[in-house]
Amino acid sequence: MIEMKDVWKTYNNGIKAINGIDIKIGKSEFVYIVGPSGAGKSTFMRMMYREEVPTSGTIIINGKDVGKMKNKHVPKLRREIGVVFQDFKLLPKLTVYENVAFALEVIEESKASTRKRVMEVLSLVNLKNKARFLPDELSGGEQQRVSIARAIVNNPSILLTDEPTGNLDPETAWGIMDLLDQINNRGTTVIMATHNKDIVNTFRKRVIAIDGGLVTRDEARGEYGYEN
Amino acid sequence: MKIKTFGRHGKEGFKNLGRNGWMTFASISAVTVTLLLVGVCLALLLNLNAFGDQLESDVEISAFVDITAKQEQQDELKSKIENISEVESATFQSKEEGLDQLIDNLGDEGEVFESLREENPLSDAFLVKTKDPQDVNKVAEEIEQLENVQNVEFAEDTVNKLFKVLEIARNVGLALVIGLLFTAMFLISNTIKLTIVARSHEIEIMKLVGATNWFIRWPFLIEGVLIGILGALIPIGILIYGYYYLIDLIANRFPTFIIDLLPVTPFVYQLSGLLVVLGVIIGVWGSLTSMRKFLKV
Ligand SMILES: Nc1ncnc2c1ncn2[C@@H]1O[C@H](COP(=O)(O)OP(=O)(O)OP(=O)(O)O)[C@@H](O)[C@H]1O
Ligand SMILES: [Mg+2]
Repeated sequence: MIEMKDVWKTYNNGIKAINGIDIKIGKSEFVYIVGPSGAGKSTFMRMMYREEVPTSGTIIINGKDVGKMKNKHVPKLRREIGVVFQDFKLLPKLTVYENVAFALEVIEESKASTRKRVMEVLSLVNLKNKARFLPDELSGGEQQRVSIARAIVNNPSILLTDEPTGNLDPETAWGIMDLLDQINNRGTTVIMATHNKDIVNTFRKRVIAIDGGLVTRDEARGEYGYEN
Repeated sequence: MKIKTFGRHGKEGFKNLGRNGWMTFASISAVTVTLLLVGVCLALLLNLNAFGDQLESDVEISAFVDITAKQEQQDELKSKIENISEVESATFQSKEEGLDQLIDNLGDEGEVFESLREENPLSDAFLVKTKDPQDVNKVAEEIEQLENVQNVEFAEDTVNKLFKVLEIARNVGLALVIGLLFTAMFLISNTIKLTIVARSHEIEIMKLVGATNWFIRWPFLIEGVLIGILGALIPIGILIYGYYYLIDLIANRFPTFIIDLLPVTPFVYQLSGLLVVLGVIIGVWGSLTSMRKFLKV
């Protein structure tokens, strides 16, 4: 469902972030992307939802060539991919409920189905009782769960998370992992870029290591493999 | 687009207006000033044009016939004049009729010419009308070349001066209006740029979760249109009131005023409609400009 063939990415400033990546990720997989800082992990993920366009090569997602896709088809692609960030990207003036509903509102879902669906994901991330809170009134882990809820509220087939546990203490981070696992068990492909050695080594999944814009390792039940 | 969605865009558009109150106020004021000037210029120009048309239709060429010309030579001359392609009509005026008209035109002072009845110094003439008043000069020259034409007269100066005045007024007005239109557009585009910057976080998330580009653009477009329409309100009020007042003033105080202004209806309403349309155009133009520059969607 995700396939990269000889993908290269050179940024406008001349930096060669990705230098020929071939990879396949199947439906319902859970994949860690590991590698040193500046290795190209975020670039790798950003190309999947067309935040960046590859300089050459092909990226096929759910049968569509993302690199050659016309701009007007990008919204449809993004409705198939949920994205979660280290810094949550919540809207501070909206409540938890509104932040999650926002994602459905702007793709013109009906109010009734929005309400039902938002309550569903809020109970999945265990925040039903804080639906009326503002992001500022939540802990870091709770904020991250809101942003995960928003990313999955329209049932995307792929969930991309770029260092979702980066700012969280170990215990909270495990809570997030638990949640991602649940989401993965429901059939969503989860791809997670991370520097968290403990998580990768304990919660064993496929590991793709990227270094200098190349895949240096790809193991089914891999280890983190770096000291940090 | 669903009605509900349109309602959302409208609401967001209004919210945007409030977000940068002072900039919104500044751009509405700019549109107001612009449209007021456009309105006044248009009212003036359209009236001048109508007045010009009215004068132009009065412009005739008098082609005086040689005294020695015989009847068939006169007939031949008439058909020659009528054959000039720019000529609309040529009417014969005998020298007696000519004198009558001269005396009429001069009023009291014309009495002195009564004594000339016996020794009429005028000649028979053809009064020539052209299809387009602008061709008067050319046609007069052509007629002058014809046989049996003694001389040609027409109100050359009046016509030429009028055209010059009209042209200058039109150009000055146009330059002013275009300059103002750009200023207003520029202000609107900057106001909307501020909104876009203020909402950049929100826009980023909208893009991320797959909102379409037009879904993102609509509120800003509506913001621009609202600024345009709000900016048109005061000019329309002033124009309608002012024009009524002017017409009233002329009718009551200066009933003999030479220029007939265009009647109030439908003129002021057409003008108002035009101002709203212009306001909307400036608004859309301003928001498209800022979106092109600052909203990479
Ligand atoms: N928008 C950009 N414009 C130019 N260069 C960029 C851009 N984003 C990243 N880069 C460069 O591309 C390279 C790869 O960056 P990337 O963010 O993909 O690394 P990363 O593996 O995610 O690092 P980290 O672990 O620190 O998040 C780096 O050298 C970075 O400086
Ligand atoms: Mg990164």
